[in-house]
Amino acid sequence: MIKRLVAAFCLGVVSGFSLTMPARAELNVQITQGVEGAVPVAVVPFAQSALPGENMGAIVAADLARSGRFRTLSVGDMLEQPTAPEQVHFKTWQVLGQDDLVIGRILPVGSGRYEAEFFLYDAIRGTQLASARIPFQQPELRRVAHRIADIIYQTLTGETGAFSTRVAYVTQTLDAKRNRLYRLQIADTDGFNPKSIIASPEPIMSPAWSPDGKQIAYVSFERKTSAIFVQTLASGERQKVSELPGINGAPAWSPDGSQLALTLSKDGNPDIYVMHLPTRALRRVTDHPAIDTEPNWSRDGRTLVFTSDRGGKPQLYLVPSTGGNAQRLTYNGDYNARGVHSPDGRNIAMVHGNGGDYRIALMDLQTRAVRILTRGRLDESPGFAPNGSMILYASHGGGSAQLEAVSIDGKVHQSLRIDSGQVKEPAWSP
Amino acid sequence: MKSLKFFLLASALSLTVTGCSSKGGATSEMGADAGLGGTGGPEISGYDEGGVGTGFGAGGGSAGAGGYGAGGGIGGTDGLDPALNDPSSPLSKRVIYFRYDSYEVLPEYQAVLKAHAGYLASHGGRSVALEGHADERGSPEYNIALGEQRAKAVSKMMQLQGVGAGQLQVVSFGEEKPAVSGHDESTWQQNRRVEISYSGR
Repeated sequence: MIKRLVAAFCLGVVSGFSLTMPARAELNVQITQGVEGAVPVAVVPFAQSALPGENMGAIVAADLARSGRFRTLSVGDMLEQPTAPEQVHFKTWQVLGQDDLVIGRILPVGSGRYEAEFFLYDAIRGTQLASARIPFQQPELRRVAHRIADIIYQTLTGETGAFSTRVAYVTQTLDAKRNRLYRLQIADTDGFNPKSIIASPEPIMSPAWSPDGKQIAYVSFERKTSAIFVQTLASGERQKVSELPGINGAPAWSPDGSQLALTLSKDGNPDIYVMHLPTRALRRVTDHPAIDTEPNWSRDGRTLVFTSDRGGKPQLYLVPSTGGNAQRLTYNGDYNARGVHSPDGRNIAMVHGNGGDYRIALMDLQTRAVRILTRGRLDESPGFAPNGSMILYASHGGGSAQLEAVSIDGKVHQSLRIDSGQVKEPAWSP
Repeated sequence: MKSLKFFLLASALSLTVTGCSSKGGATSEMGADAGLGGTGGPEISGYDEGGVGTGFGAGGGSAGAGGYGAGGGIGGTDGLDPALNDPSSPLSKRVIYFRYDSYEVLPEYQAVLKAHAGYLASHGGRSVALEGHADERGSPEYNIALGEQRAKAVSKMMQLQGVGAGQLQVVSFGEEKPAVSGHDESTWQQNRRVEISYSGR
């Protein structure tokens, strides 16, 4: 049964309860398919007698394994457990077939402060690849572990890690009276530390992170019609930026954070507009009697990709963000929607419908070749990890909607399951 | 070892920090089952990412915007003109269904539309909400647009039959409020719809 730990402190008193709560996850993140030839790496449990509880090494190992790029050695198979450089015997790890080795420890430095120290070794060559000492306080333990995982990931793959980032998503549950309850949640990418930033009995949609990660734009139907809000995460303060007659939807931040592309139907049918946030001035980008929606900015801010049914079926189009002629981008399949640019600007991910299945596909903007990455029947709402390595999306595969992630080469698949209700519209933080 | 299980699963509702409603004297906890459905207002909360070196604050929930949504809303049938609920009258039918990815009003619904248009034209003081919906397939925001096009198609036909624009309020919920839950064509069919909702009383 559902346990609720609802801390509602009125009169502006901020709850400090999360300082002492054990970390918990709302999403159950599992690798459903990893890369063949994932790199074997041993992450020895960190020595942390000063800070018992969750082992920092275990969190690092879980991050690395979850990426699908690494195969971590189980602790039971470790013939020894060094926690300091002088205790390392590379021979042992070579015998165990490990390419890399991570050891670490947590040292108390007084008055509730600690330092996490770790070493990453090439176990085959017997050389040190990276090490760091990171000061922290107890509640930051998981966050420090994610940072260490990021450093290891970057050292070994050459790509930026995304373990320290977060995911926003919308949950929909039913209360005892069968009323729907919508929540916009934010959690770490391993599903831990879920927090609700808004809860409402009316739909919440389309969360979009500002480029600096400090704000989220979203659509809320709390007044029975749609409105777009921008909420500052640290303070919870929010502003209603659009509540015009008709649709106020699909907010998308410009790369510099100064503008919001959105869908409005105030002039009769859904068209794309760009709002200059400081002044709220609106600029119309498309003007067509068909549906135009789901704008998404190119990395240079000059182009928007959007969905339109002007050709009879939903397809993706490109248009200058200042307005002008739209150019059709997709021709394969009878349904292409929700185009999103990859962080490197080379690809566009989309919902690709064909023969009754809706899957996440990736188009190479240079060649216009389209690859289908997922295997679901009803996959939607794709969004990239900030390092571009994975695409997070929602899937109705097994009944209720869940989140899934796939690497852009289509090889690694993760599922992010929630224990009750539906989870939709994921958005990965910058 | 390919699979990692994290133990977890606090519910969707745990570990949330909610702000308190600033209205209605609600100083009690905002229990998830109570509260929202009844008051119709959202609860807004802060979020502090607790970055390394900054300490882990739970974020200050700003006061909930408790003043929204006076309840009642659209779609009530209480206190309606009995003529609207006479099962032998087309007026008792208040849902128009659509084909997949289409906002064309099918001929079989003309009679129902005509009946409602006639009723509204002769009752200038009454108004309806036309709530457009889509099935769950495809993209949520595209489905919002699709639902609105459906509701607008109904609105246009009613206006052509003499209903004042001010009597018709168009709103789309896309795929967010399915009439029936399920993942097959028979379910989807019932969810691609426009609901004609008389405001009662």
